[in-house]
Amino acid sequence: MELDVRAGLEKLAGRLGGEGAKLTEAGRLSGGASMETWAFAFEGENGPERLILRRRSAPFDEETARSVSLATEAKLIQATGANGARVPKVRHVCDDADGLGEAYVMVRVDGETLGKKIVGDPRFDAVRPGLARQCGESLVAIHKTPPPPGLNLKTVDGVAELDRYEEVYRATGAERPILELAFQYLRRHVPEPVEPTLLHGDFRNGNIMFDPQSGVAAILDWELAHIGDPAEDMGWICTNSWRFGRPDRPVGGFGDYADLLAGYAAAGGRSIELSRVRFWQMLGSLRWGVMCLTMYLSWRDGITRSVERPMIGRRVSETEADLVVLLEEGL
Amino acid sequence: MITHPRTEELVESVRLWIDEIRPTLDPRNAFLARVAANALATVSREITEGPAAEAAAVAGMAGVLGHAGDHATLNAELCARIRSGELTVETPGLLTALQVMARDQIAIDQPSYKPEGSF
Repeated sequence: MELDVRAGLEKLAGRLGGEGAKLTEAGRLSGGASMETWAFAFEGENGPERLILRRRSAPFDEETARSVSLATEAKLIQATGANGARVPKVRHVCDDADGLGEAYVMVRVDGETLGKKIVGDPRFDAVRPGLARQCGESLVAIHKTPPPPGLNLKTVDGVAELDRYEEVYRATGAERPILELAFQYLRRHVPEPVEPTLLHGDFRNGNIMFDPQSGVAAILDWELAHIGDPAEDMGWICTNSWRFGRPDRPVGGFGDYADLLAGYAAAGGRSIELSRVRFWQMLGSLRWGVMCLTMYLSWRDGITRSVERPMIGRRVSETEADLVVLLEEGL
Repeated sequence: MITHPRTEELVESVRLWIDEIRPTLDPRNAFLARVAANALATVSREITEGPAAEAAAVAGMAGVLGHAGDHATLNAELCARIRSGELTVETPGLLTALQVMARDQIAIDQPSYKPEGSF
């Protein structure tokens, strides 16, 4: 498989850099079960280019999947980028001639995505106090982007999301009183509907490229983009599962609610109440808890065999420990 | 139970061995070996701390539900009565009981995790 991609990148270098463009670098950065990221570079007609290939390595059905296709992802990055969002520049969307399957190419952005580093590495000490505000500002350009036509993005609200995850939870057969109470509590506190906007859908520490000098450099991983309540994107980055050991700093483990909201308002975003963000934050913990249960189930049912999966099942108690505090505090 | 070695000591010995060979493995297997060692550490904690945690959970649930029972029965009833809306965050003693259960379970599953409000 790796050889195929390398050969594809050689060919792509010629297509993008002109005849005779030589691949100078090609290496796989990361890979989940279904997605691969490759860094590559070549010397082309217009000089050196450092790029990222994102490609799907497993079959995908956009109708039934929660995530969007990579072509849709590329269109969203282009549309939000044109509207001023900090996103990578899309260099090329692959087609059949490239032989790389479903894939697109971005210009490489330097920086750090590891949440733990953003939260604790002294290199980020100087910018860290400003990051929550920057995250608020960054969301406005995304939320104000009119969704490009023809993408068929799913629309989600609080009730739909609770229904979806409660159905998944019931199907697991697990009996967890704290998750039950969180479902019940959140159903009684669903915020008033708002005019839905385009959402990133997975806006959290870990999916944002940060620069040690300038802060937010690029917002990555658009596969869960959808239409919904803007507070959903704010609540997800506040979910304790993504604070990397700093629960005292609610925004991503690096900042405070007030800075996130102030940045959002200063950049022209609509006014959002903290309780609304906290609703989505709590739903974020609940959602992650249910997802951990399903990852265990994929092992129990023999779909995956990695020892990782049952151990992730024991992370449900992390979300329960968070939820029980949130239930005590209220929204 | 046999005490030479105790069950948790057997588990601990395997965990230590995995840690010992981890540096010799390729990156993917080294990662999985770390997960495996963590799994065994959880098993050890469940063996040593699980019985007290379960007893505390049974006592807490019995207090909220108003009658005695075993863990599985009380847990199922607690879930059903929360789901029906009969028990809520307002119910005296419910959140306190759930907090104790959450604290004991995280101590077994992921003791290094820093929950909301814990810093």
